[in-house]
Formats: sequence, C-alpha cells, structure tokens
Amino acid sequence: MEKRNYHNWMLTREKVGWVPLTKATSQTWSALGFKCGLEVHQQLKTAKKLFCRCPAGRYHDFEVYDAEIVRHMRPTLSELGGYDGTALMEFKTRKKIVYRINNDSACTYEVDDTPPFTLNMEALSHAMQIALLMKLKIVGELHITRKQYLDGSIPTGFQRTTILGIEGEFPIPNKTIRVIQFSIEEDSCREVSDHRHTRVYYADRLGMPLIETVTYPDMLTPWEAAEAAQSIRFISRSSGKVRVGIGAAREDVNVSITGGTRVEIKGVAHISWIPKLTHNEAFRQKSLLEIKAILNERVADKDKWEISHALLDIADWKKHGSLKPFLNEGWQLVAVNLPQFAGILSWFNQPGKLFADELVDRLKVIACLEKPNLLHSEQICFEEHGTHSLTDDDWSKIKIVLNSAANDSQIIFWAPEEDIKTALETISERCKMAFEGVPNETRKSLPGGITLFERVLPGADRMYPDTDSAPIPILDEQIEAAKTGLPVSLSERLQQLCDWGVPTDAHTYILRNNLMPVLEELSTAYEVSPKQLGLLYAHTLKGLQGCKPLPFDNQRIADLLIFVQKRKLQKDILPAMLKELFHSPNMQFTSILHVLGYAEVNSEEIKAQIPLLMGMWKKVKKRGFKRPDALANWIMGRLHKPALGSLALAELRSFVDAAIAAEVNHA
Amino acid sequence: MLDLFKGYKGRALEVLKHFQARVWGDTEVETTRGKFSGIILPRSENDDDKHIVIKLITGYNVGIDVDNILAMKEVGYKEAHYKIPEREFPFTEGLPHVKLLGTGGTIASRLDYRTGAVIPAFSPGELYGAVPELAEICNLDTEKLFAVFSENMGPEQYKKLAVSIGKEIHKGIDGIIIGHGTDTMHHTAAAMSYMLQDLPVPVVMVGSQRSSDRPSSDAALNLMNAAYAAGHSDLAEVMVCMFGPTSDEYGLLHQGTRVRKMHSSYRSTFRTIGQVPLAMVTRDSVTHIRQDYNPRRKDKQVKVLPFFEERVAIVYYYPNMHPDIIDALTDNGYKGIVIAGTGLGHINKPVYPAIKRAVAKGVQIFMTVQTLWGFVHMFVYDTGRDLMSMGIIPGENLLPEVAYIKLGWALGQTNDPAKVRELMLTPIAGDITEGEPYNGYLVFQGGIPEVEEFIRKYHK
Repeated sequence: MEKRNYHNWMLTREKVGWVPLTKATSQTWSALGFKCGLEVHQQLKTAKKLFCRCPAGRYHDFEVYDAEIVRHMRPTLSELGGYDGTALMEFKTRKKIVYRINNDSACTYEVDDTPPFTLNMEALSHAMQIALLMKLKIVGELHITRKQYLDGSIPTGFQRTTILGIEGEFPIPNKTIRVIQFSIEEDSCREVSDHRHTRVYYADRLGMPLIETVTYPDMLTPWEAAEAAQSIRFISRSSGKVRVGIGAAREDVNVSITGGTRVEIKGVAHISWIPKLTHNEAFRQKSLLEIKAILNERVADKDKWEISHALLDIADWKKHGSLKPFLNEGWQLVAVNLPQFAGILSWFNQPGKLFADELVDRLKVIACLEKPNLLHSEQICFEEHGTHSLTDDDWSKIKIVLNSAANDSQIIFWAPEEDIKTALETISERCKMAFEGVPNETRKSLPGGITLFERVLPGADRMYPDTDSAPIPILDEQIEAAKTGLPVSLSERLQQLCDWGVPTDAHTYILRNNLMPVLEELSTAYEVSPKQLGLLYAHTLKGLQGCKPLPFDNQRIADLLIFVQKRKLQKDILPAMLKELFHSPNMQFTSILHVLGYAEVNSEEIKAQIPLLMGMWKKVKKRGFKRPDALANWIMGRLHKPALGSLALAELRSFVDAAIAAEVNHA
Repeated sequence: MLDLFKGYKGRALEVLKHFQARVWGDTEVETTRGKFSGIILPRSENDDDKHIVIKLITGYNVGIDVDNILAMKEVGYKEAHYKIPEREFPFTEGLPHVKLLGTGGTIASRLDYRTGAVIPAFSPGELYGAVPELAEICNLDTEKLFAVFSENMGPEQYKKLAVSIGKEIHKGIDGIIIGHGTDTMHHTAAAMSYMLQDLPVPVVMVGSQRSSDRPSSDAALNLMNAAYAAGHSDLAEVMVCMFGPTSDEYGLLHQGTRVRKMHSSYRSTFRTIGQVPLAMVTRDSVTHIRQDYNPRRKDKQVKVLPFFEERVAIVYYYPNMHPDIIDALTDNGYKGIVIAGTGLGHINKPVYPAIKRAVAKGVQIFMTVQTLWGFVHMFVYDTGRDLMSMGIIPGENLLPEVAYIKLGWALGQTNDPAKVRELMLTPIAGDITEGEPYNGYLVFQGGIPEVEEFIRKYHK
C-alpha cells in the first residue's frame, strides 16, 4: 500500500512538472507565470524603542523573566460588519497567550497597559535616509495606523505602523524593482513555545523600531527575488543606521503563479533560502491547481460535497501500535470520510510533503492538535512522518464504519472532545478549498525550502487609525536635512565595484557589510588598490570568518595597513598577516611578522636564488612536471615565502620568467 | 449644519474647494513630492489645517501637505457607511434577567476606521454580535439613559440613574449592570451606594480600560464577568466589576464605597482601599472573599434616595495653601467642604481663620486623608485638636471622593448640621469600617526579592 501511495506521489510530482531548483530555467518559471514580491523588515539601530523609552536590542534568555501576563485576543468587527478572516480563525483556536517580560526591556507599554508615548524621532530620521535612498515619495504627515494581528505576537492585538513614503525603486543586477510603500513599525514578540492551547511569547524584541519595504511583484524568477532582497539589504546597511545579526532583518515573500493566489511566506530568516522557498511554493500552487481540476471533474455539484465522520470505539484501537502513543486519557478517535478524494491525499505537494500535510498543518494551527495528529488512507512514510501507519485491513474496517465508496479516502484523528468540532470544521473547510485551488494564506518557512500553513492571509479590513496618537507632519526642511547626509546610491556603488575590477563574487560581502566607504578611505590613505583591499575583505576575511562575527573591528585592519605602509612591506603580505591576526586578534604586528617567518631581504638576494633553483629543477623535473610554466611555478613556490613582504610577487614572477626565457634563448 | 468637508478648515478647506475635491472622493493628488492616490478622508477637528488625509489602497492613511499640492483629480467616490451587525439576542429559559443601563461609556464599540470615530455597540443585538458569550450567561435587555463621557457624569445623572434602577427592581429584574466610563466610575458607585439602599439584587458597574475596538480589550471579559455577577451572584450590593490582575484571568467585585481608580491606564486599575474586595468573579463563577455582605432577596423592594446638593467641594490640601481658597468657597455659597488633609488629617495654621469663617457661615467641613489608606485621627497632634475645635469633623476612613459624594447626598436631604453629621458618620454600605483589616493595605514594593518572586510566579 505504502508503495502504491509513493508511486502516486512520484507520478503526480511529474505531472506537476516539479524539478529541483538547480535544474530549473527561466523557462520553467515563465511557464508557471511565477511572480514574486517582497516585504522586507529591517530593525533600525536606535537606542530606544519606537513608542516607549525602553532600551532597544536587549535580548534575554527565554527562561529569565520577571513576570508573566496572560491575554486572549478577540476579533473586532470589521468595517463591513463582518470579522476579518484571520481574526476569526485565530479566535477559533482559543489560544491563551502568555507574555514573559523582563523589567530591563519592557514597561507597561509593552503589555498594553499604557498608551503609546510619542514616536521615536531617532527612528524617524534613520528611516527617512533609507526611504530617500530608495527614491520614495515622502508623505506630508505620518498617520499612525493599527494593523491587527490576533496570533498574539503583539499584546495589543495590533501593530502600530505608519507610512513614510510610497512609490520608490531600487536596482538589482539586470532590472529595476519598484517599491509600493515604505513604513516604520514596531517589532513583535519572540515566540517561546506553542503547544496545544497555550502560546508563550517573550516581550523583549517587542516595540523595537523596524522599517518595512514592500515591493511590487516585479521579480519573475526565484533568483531575482533573492537579488532584490540583497539589494534592499545593501541599501539599508549603506546607511549605517540599521541593526545587523540574527533576526535583525526578516523577509516576507509573496508568491503567485497563473491561476494561483498570493501566498505569503513569512519570516524568512536568510536571503539564501528565498530561491528554494519560492520555487517550491510555485509548484505547490501548481499542484493545488491540478487537484482542483481533478476534483471538479469528479464532483458535479461541489457545493453539496461534504465530509462525514464517525467516532471509533477506543477499546478496539487503543492497543494498536501506531495509535497507542497518541490516545491520551479521555481523547477520542474520529474517522472521517472524504468522498471522491481517492489519490488526492497522496498528491505531490512539496518535496517530502503530500496534500494530506495541508490538513495536518491546519489541524495543528487551528484546532491546536499537536503533530502527528492524523493518519490517512494514503500514508507515505517520509522520514518526518515517522513510521506510524495502519494496514489495509485496518482501513477496510474503518471504511465499513464510514460506509465509504471505492473512490473515497479516509482520515482518522485523535483529539480531546472539546477540539473535535473545530478539527472537523477545519478538515471540511480545507478540503472544500481544494475545489477552489490555492487558499489565500500565510505560510511559515522551514530551512529545507518547504513551508507550513501559518494562518489565513488577512485582508485590508484589519487597518485602523490609532486613536492614541496624533499625526506627525514631515516638513520639507526635514527631508532636505536628511538628504545632506545620504550615502552613495546602490547603482553608483555597483558601477564603482565594476570600475575597480572587483570580481562579482566579492560584491555581496562588501555591500552587506557596508565596506564601500571603508575601501574608499583606506585605499586612498594607504596606497592599496581598492580591488586588492576588496579582495582582502571579501575573500580572505570572509573565508576566515564564515558565519561568525569578526573578532576585531575595522580599525584593527586600518592599523594593519598603517603598519605595512610604515615598514614599507609589500602589500602581498596582507592576507597572510590578516590570517594570523584573525586567529590572534591581540597579537602585535611585529610578532605576526615573526610568526610568518618574515625577514627583510633585498631583491638582489632573492634574484640570486633563481639560477640555483633552475639547476635543481633538472633533478626534480623527471618526476613528471609537464606544464609549460611548471618550472616558473616551482621556483615561485620555493621563493614565495622568503620574498613575501620584501618583494612584490608579481615582480618576482617577472624576474623568474625573464631568467627562464634567457636560459631558453641561451640553449 | 451640513459639513461637506468633514473636519477640514482654513487652508486645507481652501485647497479642497479650489480643486473641487470632496471627502470620500477617490482622488489623484499631484504634489511637489510626487503623486499620491487614495480616498480623501474626513479630518479630526483638532488636527491642523495644513494637511489632507487620504487612505491608500493598502488601507494605510497618510497626510499630504496642502501647500505642496499642485493638482487634484477625482477618479471615483466611495462614501463609507457603517452599521454594527445586529443579531437577535436569544432568550434562554432558566437564565436570569439582567438589565444593562448605558451612561455613555462604550463597553462594546468599534472604530469607524475612516473617520476615526468610535461607534458604540449597545443594543442587545449589537452586544450579542460583539460578545456572543453573553447569551450563555443571562437574558439581557438594555437601555441607554444618557450619552455622556464619564467625566460629565454629575448629580442629575446620579439621580436619574438611581430612579431608573429602582424602577427595574420593582419590575423584578434579577440584576443590574451599569456601563460606565472608568474615570469617575467610583464616584458614581459611591452615589449609587447612598441613593439605593437595602438592595435586593446586585448592581454592577463595569467599563473597560482598553477600548473594545482592539483585540486585547478588557471590555468583553469585564462585561461577561459583570453579567455573571449581576445575574448569578448572591451579592445585593453596588459594586464595581473590573480586572483583578492585568492578565485576562478574573475580575474583582469591589464594594462601591471603598473602590478607587488607582492607575491612569492599567487594566487592573480599580482597587478596594482599606478593605478587601467582596469577591472574585469569572464568566461562570463567583468566589466570595468577604462574608459580611447584603444577600440577594426575592422581594422587589429598595429604598431610593435620589438627593444631591451641588454646592459641595473637595479640597486637596497642600503645604502653603492660602486661606482664600476656602474663603472663595464660602463666599460662593458652598454648603459643604471635604478636605483631603495630610497625614492623619491636617492642614496648616494660615488656613485657620478661613475655616473659622466658613464654619461660622454654616459650611459643613469634613476631614479625610490624602494618604487614602488609614483613618483620620485628629486627637494625636495639637493641629488636629485645633481643627476639631474650629468645627472640622473627622471623616473616619471615608475615602475623600466617597466623603464628597456622601456630603452632597446628605446636604441634599437636610441643612441641619447635626443631621448631616449623623448621616455622614453612620456607616452605609461599608463606607466607614470599624477598623482596617491588616490585608486592607497591600501596596507591594517592586524590587524586593520576595515581591519579585511573587510577581514572577503569579500573574499580577
């Protein structure tokens, strides 16, 4: 049975046309009608939070807190008299939200026990610079708006946010990306845990100032999406006014394909994840569209389609090896029949995921049923699904209870009595959505390039003016003042890197660390070419650093350059010295030279070695050196170390080449 | 007056008229900073005349400096109409009948997000739409008595409210809820405690510290707690029902004469002072804390005493107070003064002549303490004895605001000093206690290790 289901999964994957990202071409995405937009959140580097005077950027261990506060979120009525879709879903989940606060990083504002203080002007001025770099049209007056979030990530139930500018643009390598809007907003809590009906948050990050850049869906390939995220990062960082480090910048990625729907992948922590996530999401949508076509063909009147269910006798099943671990005291076992769904549950959904996982994920979020929360008649044992499954015989028994037809599929799930109703509604609702195609939703990203259901995508109905804050006028003088301190634009910087001859693979490191001003300053001051200096950072230092922070600041590198210049050392020695410096950040430069075995020699002394080495070559060459420049390379290998610092390696090479040429001529 | 340009004035109004642009018009605005498109919204009357507000398609609002506007073009029109959905409040056999009397505070409301105005939900149907859980607690009926902000509640409203409650009780209601703004809720609670005596059913005052247009509002839970207390509890008292801790856990039922708003914004702002609360309440339970309460009865009898003399003042004493403060009250015909004195109930010597003069003119003066906790003790120091000899009457442990309401109520019935004094010093609804329980004063001091341990462990 297992094999049959896996076969179906492989077959449907082929039908969808899924290929790994690396094998896909722009043709793959244009055929899908792939479109992608970004919402990039970036923390600003300010001393204090946005709407209160608590210090920003003070994080705590989750278990170290001073108090806990409990809240429940209720949906509020929307303008049209209904409830926002997300709101209703979140309310259904009946979550108890616990906030942990630490007196170091939170006051009564964070827990919504005091109205906001006036907006942090430092944040406004930082944001203004970045907005101007993206050529945004600055508004005349800021209006603080409440954007509802009922997941509890903000204790008020809404995020205070305000538009600073609209309609801007920025470059990526081969095109220009348009910006819809740019806002300043407060950051949310960090999630500690989410189990059953209780979600715990830590309120230290809450209220820190963020900027959000929202682009048009101008990115037509997953790679362009990543490039756009990079560009926004480069621009933000060029201002020097943003925070860096884990969680300081987070991307929400919107993906849609032809016939699909805008799906938002939230909180992507690394830009490098974007291509795989968006690629897989596009195919998930494609798969859901195929399922839609099949179901609509099978079911004549989709409005009449409905699931049916039956409670199974716990006594019959509680000893079953695959169910025993999950049947908690007092829980029930519910069997559900999905008419005409045969073959659908095992449809390809994402790598390692099948359609049934859409139900699994929604049950977790909406009905608060921890995974694994169900078994179904088309189970495939991908690694993470574990090995729980029922036999064909088991399913035959269940089918009899449910009175199933041949073309139906079945689910069993386990839940406490009070969650069964929501669970059944959730299953029914998601299955009905399969007839419509791709549900409008927010998804959470996972490291492997796949996504999970997070919540229903909220509508424009969730925006309210903040009655606790007055509008803030933005004067022309403020804009002019911000313009005077602006860093060089990204397009100019990219041109500069090309002009300097810095290879493209070095650009990211230089731009993301905002090194352009450093390269300009140091190369002028210490007679190093910007290219050489760029490579010193983007190749040598990057290679040493990996994902870790630097053990010293840029001034230490400047000191190194001063030292090299003073001692009249050749610049070739810089990478070797930097390597030693990286491992021993406090070592004196003279000691580093000593460790490297540096001894000052003049060029004549080095040159004198060349004829000797050429003589030795005659003995070693028999060992099979065939390349024409083998001799020159071999000699360079012997002389590299003693010459380092004293004689430029390029110059040394020219001596070697000249000597060899002279020998050949002589012969 | 028909206001076509809702809230716009001065320069902004001129610009709108010049470009023939309307509120609610979907408009393209050319400015020196670029083009902005959206719906022109009404403007709050208190905001300046230099900006026009538009709602962008994304739902955000932005302001545009009118002096930067080059051109405006209307491309559509979308006037907002708003109505709270009504669902019929279901009748459930066997549940108590509760009447909600509205005074103008918004228990359930939502914001009209275009105008920024708060639209109250008040009818049973509207309330049911917003807080459907109410139908599981009681059969609810509502009546809007006034539409005033909490700070505008005064003698007229107190009297009308007391009379209305009396009528409902005679008709046989099982419990009363009074929806009220929180700022002066404790004044009204005190007024009802004096004007409604010997109650047969609970009278529960409720409000919210966070407006109900926000998801984390305390309004819905407060309302459910109040409905349970009014419909099901045995406490036939005038009470304030608000959050116990700031967490969404339980409410407290505070006696109307000993309760006070103690924080400008906390949810758990109401505290019982110098006593413990009557009970804890949730949407399905009441846990008694005190046993000495007036129990619920089946008869429909209540004493309604709707009296109030308006010429009563409360004077918060401060060092260096000049006698003219008291003189001004005397000269303006005030009949009663409540002084919130320092410490055990003191004021300084320079005020003495003014006190003597006031008493001579028949002004009744009562002393309370601005420390809030503790009794007035005027025998301890000479100052106190001097003051008493001048005719100031110690007000026991009446809270200053409560003493003010009580004095207004007493003077509303009689001008006879002896009778006023007797009314004032006779304990009513627990306003004066024989002593102060040891746990009646617990203002924890943060930072102390055991307190920190406590607040880490329990939701405050």
